[in-house]
Amino acid sequence: MAVDTPTRPDSAPEAAPRPARPDRTRIPRAFYVMVLPAFLLFFVFHTIPVLQGIYYSFTDSPGYGPAEFVGFRNYIALFTDGRVLHAYWFTLLIAAVATILVNVIALAIALGLNSKIKFKTTLRGVYFIPNVLAILVVGYIFSYLFNNSLPALATSLGIDSLSTSLLTDAKTAWIGIVILAVWQAAAFNIIIYIAGLQTVPQELYEASAIDGASPWRQFRSVTFPMIAGFFTINMVLSLKTFLQIFDHIIALTNGGPGTDTESVSVLIYKGGFQGGEYGYQSANSVLFFVIIVVLSITQLRVLQRREVSV
Amino acid sequence: MSASVLGPSTQAGPVPVPDEGRRRFRWRRSEEPYKVNWWLTALLVVLALTIMIPLYFAIVTSLKTTDQLGGTGFGLPDRVRWSNFADAWRLTNFPNAALNSAIITVGAVVLTLFTNSMVAYAIARNMHRRLFRILFYYFVSALFVPFPIIMLPVAKLTAILHLDNHSGLILLYVVYGLAFNIFIFTAYINSIPRELEEAAVTDGASTWGVFWRIIFPLLAPMNATVGILTCLWAWNDFLLPLVILSDPGSATLPLVQYVFQTQFQTNYPAAFASYLMAMAPLLIVYLFAQRWVISGVTRGAIK
Repeated sequence: MAVDTPTRPDSAPEAAPRPARPDRTRIPRAFYVMVLPAFLLFFVFHTIPVLQGIYYSFTDSPGYGPAEFVGFRNYIALFTDGRVLHAYWFTLLIAAVATILVNVIALAIALGLNSKIKFKTTLRGVYFIPNVLAILVVGYIFSYLFNNSLPALATSLGIDSLSTSLLTDAKTAWIGIVILAVWQAAAFNIIIYIAGLQTVPQELYEASAIDGASPWRQFRSVTFPMIAGFFTINMVLSLKTFLQIFDHIIALTNGGPGTDTESVSVLIYKGGFQGGEYGYQSANSVLFFVIIVVLSITQLRVLQRREVSV
Repeated sequence: MSASVLGPSTQAGPVPVPDEGRRRFRWRRSEEPYKVNWWLTALLVVLALTIMIPLYFAIVTSLKTTDQLGGTGFGLPDRVRWSNFADAWRLTNFPNAALNSAIITVGAVVLTLFTNSMVAYAIARNMHRRLFRILFYYFVSALFVPFPIIMLPVAKLTAILHLDNHSGLILLYVVYGLAFNIFIFTAYINSIPRELEEAAVTDGASTWGVFWRIIFPLLAPMNATVGILTCLWAWNDFLLPLVILSDPGSATLPLVQYVFQTQFQTNYPAAFASYLMAMAPLLIVYLFAQRWVISGVTRGAIK
């Protein structure tokens, strides 16, 4: 998935033996015209909103009318706001558990789907289905399953602990959310892992089989190192996606009971659009941005270091 | 969605793309007796039930009357009540929502393919220039910006510019798709030999001519990937339409399910009929185009 950048981009034009000069006469205009509209639109609809968000985070704007500049007051308030702290804790919990589960499950299923099985194409097709469905809609179906079917099933089996809905209890609602998240996200990860597994040369397996390697040993010493790059990408993308979890929660619990299952995205949406906390939630989103970047980079560093050392 | 968007892998690009059929063939050759692992097959079939069960459940529930609900709900309906679908059709104004979703999805996919590939081409071929390199990182860095940070300002901005409608949504999908699409398009363009373009230039083609007549057709496999991913995103997205669209009449399918859920909470059979109708269009397309969808996504992953 690496993008090839030129090996040594020449910063000093005179030192370039490469066709820098003929290029210059040949290329210009059209290439600039190609990127200019995209740049302008991106700037207007992405960069400016980011800057505006940062600006509003220093105001007490309710989302309309005049707003006062309040300095860092929003940011300080965030750290003492129980609802905000809870949302972060809850989001990190969901994201961490779901990222690990999705990757373990997806890798296991991908290994299965890449081995000598019957109906391979059909099975791959079936496992990809969740990815073509809208999370919100699937969420409503799961919500009914968790709220009605599962308790009914548990009651008839005499399992008391499950006889009430998972989702109405603050302590267990996260499990339902993780199940939905994993169900939906595993599909895409499975396909990526299959793509990775197909890049492993068959000869390596033959060689290790001759050396008498057990299947587990083969996986650890051949397969996994060979697909380490795919593992990194999947882990980083999963974590980033799950940190922004929104649809799942709207469909299953809508943040309830109370505010117990609010993720950061849900909190920002509710507070910012419905709660008149535009400025305050802007500060929250800036903080969220910083946390996502820090977590993603850390994760990338750690995983890539492992990739190299294997 | 036209067949060309999901272009079959027969239009092989300059990069040898792992192809299902070819791969299996090579594999059989290296290990002559291809022994099917039946235990593993059985296990995977059983696990696949976890995917089919919620869908089965949605179907049986959508065919029941309200008094047949209750219990675990997995039983088949005693009498099938097809009119749930008619109710859902009416209550959600389904044709309108489906049309809205279709317009937005088609618009986003078509515009994304034409514009994002072009931007990626300009960047990929000029990566040795600092300006274009900066532009590349500028676009790609958006991958790490969480949507909530721009959610509130963008909602305001689109409202001011009167873009709180279909065209605004299409525009946003095209612009926000840039980050990821440039990433995979440039990687692919780098693998296209420059000699092709140079030959065309000597024959008198302009840069635009080179792009439209040579590069764009060669991008077919990547266009399929980007097209599929954009289609899935635009069709299924909930948050962006939720914050951008102001007129209820322009609501997309996921948005309609949200409104339905909050307004008609107790009519579960109609709700499930409505969910099924919302999922059906993409599901049907997927059933027919399954191979292309999966190979398209896989190709995006390998780059």
